[in-house]
Amino acid sequence: MSITVKDVQHVAKLARLQLSPEEEATFTEQMNAILQYAEKLNELDTENVQPTTHVLQVSNVMRDDVVKESLSQEEALLNAPEDEEGHFKVPAVLE
Amino acid sequence: MSLFQYRLPEVHNMLHSKAVSVSELTESSLSAIAEHDSKVHAFLTLNEEGARATARVLDDKLASGAARGLLFGLPAGIKDNIVTKGLRTTCASQFLTNFQPIYDATVVSKLRQADAVTIGKLNMDEFAMGGSNENSSFGAVRNPWDLERVPGGSSGGSAAAVAAGEVFFTLGSDTGGSIRQPASYCGVVGLKPTYGLVSRYGLVAFASSLDQIGPITRTVEDSAYVLQAIAGYDAQDSTSAKVSIPDYLSSLTGDISGLRIAVPKEYIGEGVDASVRESVLSALSVLEGLGAVWEEVSLPHTEYAVAAYYLLSSSEASSNLARFDGVRYGVRVDEGGGLLDLYHNSRSQGFGPEVKRRIMLGTYALSSGYYDAYYLKAQKVRTLIKQDFDEVFKKYDVVIGPTAPTTAFKLGSQTEDPLTMYLNDILTIPVSLAGIPAISIPCGFAEGLPVGLQIIGKEFDESTVLRVAHAFEQHTEHHTARPQL
Repeated sequence: MSITVKDVQHVAKLARLQLSPEEEATFTEQMNAILQYAEKLNELDTENVQPTTHVLQVSNVMRDDVVKESLSQEEALLNAPEDEEGHFKVPAVLE
Repeated sequence: MSLFQYRLPEVHNMLHSKAVSVSELTESSLSAIAEHDSKVHAFLTLNEEGARATARVLDDKLASGAARGLLFGLPAGIKDNIVTKGLRTTCASQFLTNFQPIYDATVVSKLRQADAVTIGKLNMDEFAMGGSNENSSFGAVRNPWDLERVPGGSSGGSAAAVAAGEVFFTLGSDTGGSIRQPASYCGVVGLKPTYGLVSRYGLVAFASSLDQIGPITRTVEDSAYVLQAIAGYDAQDSTSAKVSIPDYLSSLTGDISGLRIAVPKEYIGEGVDASVRESVLSALSVLEGLGAVWEEVSLPHTEYAVAAYYLLSSSEASSNLARFDGVRYGVRVDEGGGLLDLYHNSRSQGFGPEVKRRIMLGTYALSSGYYDAYYLKAQKVRTLIKQDFDEVFKKYDVVIGPTAPTTAFKLGSQTEDPLTMYLNDILTIPVSLAGIPAISIPCGFAEGLPVGLQIIGKEFDESTVLRVAHAFEQHTEHHTARPQL
């Protein structure tokens, strides 16, 4: 299986990246090489193998539902590139 | 003579006997940085005033006779993907050039509790993606042993700062080998603990199922001290392990008689430089002389590790980096379009090429129709790799091999070929996939460049890993060599 510039453009859209034509060409070539290398995994029969989603035997970690102090509004907005009246500001999404 | 020639207990004795003060130690670190860092470029941000203030507080503590922490007065550097309250944290990315964290990572709080002095933040591959540190958007780190060569990645700054004697110890992070491989290239000690032993709270995530924080030091004993200070359960990290923490220092007995060592044939075969193989075999004979026995074994799925790793880590990276959208923090590029344009422009200008490449690869591997073929397949292969180690550990105490197939390569020599670059991590990646602990210690030199020995242990058996590494260090001189800067 090989991927085309069109595939790369589609993936870039999914990944919220804007690529230049040069980047599209380079990534098409490099992703093909890497994915071709990844085909190696198909040499292995993994039909009855369970996937490893976590190396430790931990699951469903919960904490007690108690009220704790959280970040102040000022702290939460400290690194915001733009904010207004205690909110993160973004371009208008509604006409 | 620099204070950095001394071992940790010696420095503590000097502090206790008032032969030196914490402020003097801090100044000595800052002057070493002033002297060497224009060449090495290990630091991205210095915390001069903060470090001096901490040093004064610690000197008062010493004078008052109050109890001292495990890392009392020691100048430390922190990889720049670990957040530090009020101290700029960039992940070596243009995206976070001015990011001021509003809280400390758990490991940073623990260093503070242990009375260490935070000198500054260390250079790295952008978002920890890379094996050479050439992907830092603030410029590469250079290897103190040869300034034309890479220090390894992604904790290249963390390893180079220790090798150059700029700080006493550093923290790095290891996803596919990012502590061990730079430690190997720079001739220092790098420990990747078992996944879950050290809290990842406050580590900017690259691949959450693989990332692990660990110490880079000059000796194994120092490594045990730092691990002791940072290990332990953290309720703020849902992947943190609830295990009891042993006394790592008491495991440094020097006794390894009867120890059973497995040497995977895949780790010393084709693709590994003859000089590296020779250093490792000679290290094994040192261990044999101390009463250990070693045998060749096979980890048959080793050759599949790199492919599985790049699919898994890139997939997790594409998901973790989705939060960088130019809204809540980091760079914002608003060219007057809508919200979607703001995301696209901010991400495209904020991320460097390696980060984009991995986001693209990960997004592709997770996309509809390809998930089973790539992501799920790689998770299954991960199981086979873990089973390889489980099998070997039924009969052996540790697995030993080289840390990297070669010594440090020249800057720029592999940047055009990502696949070749990825293959440099072939000996460290299987350990990361299995989540088990491993240390890299200096075991010789090839043409003047350090060679690293990798000692791999069972899950949560850092004590044995440290015991073997310490025994080797006690009977060799490699760790005492210093680069000429």
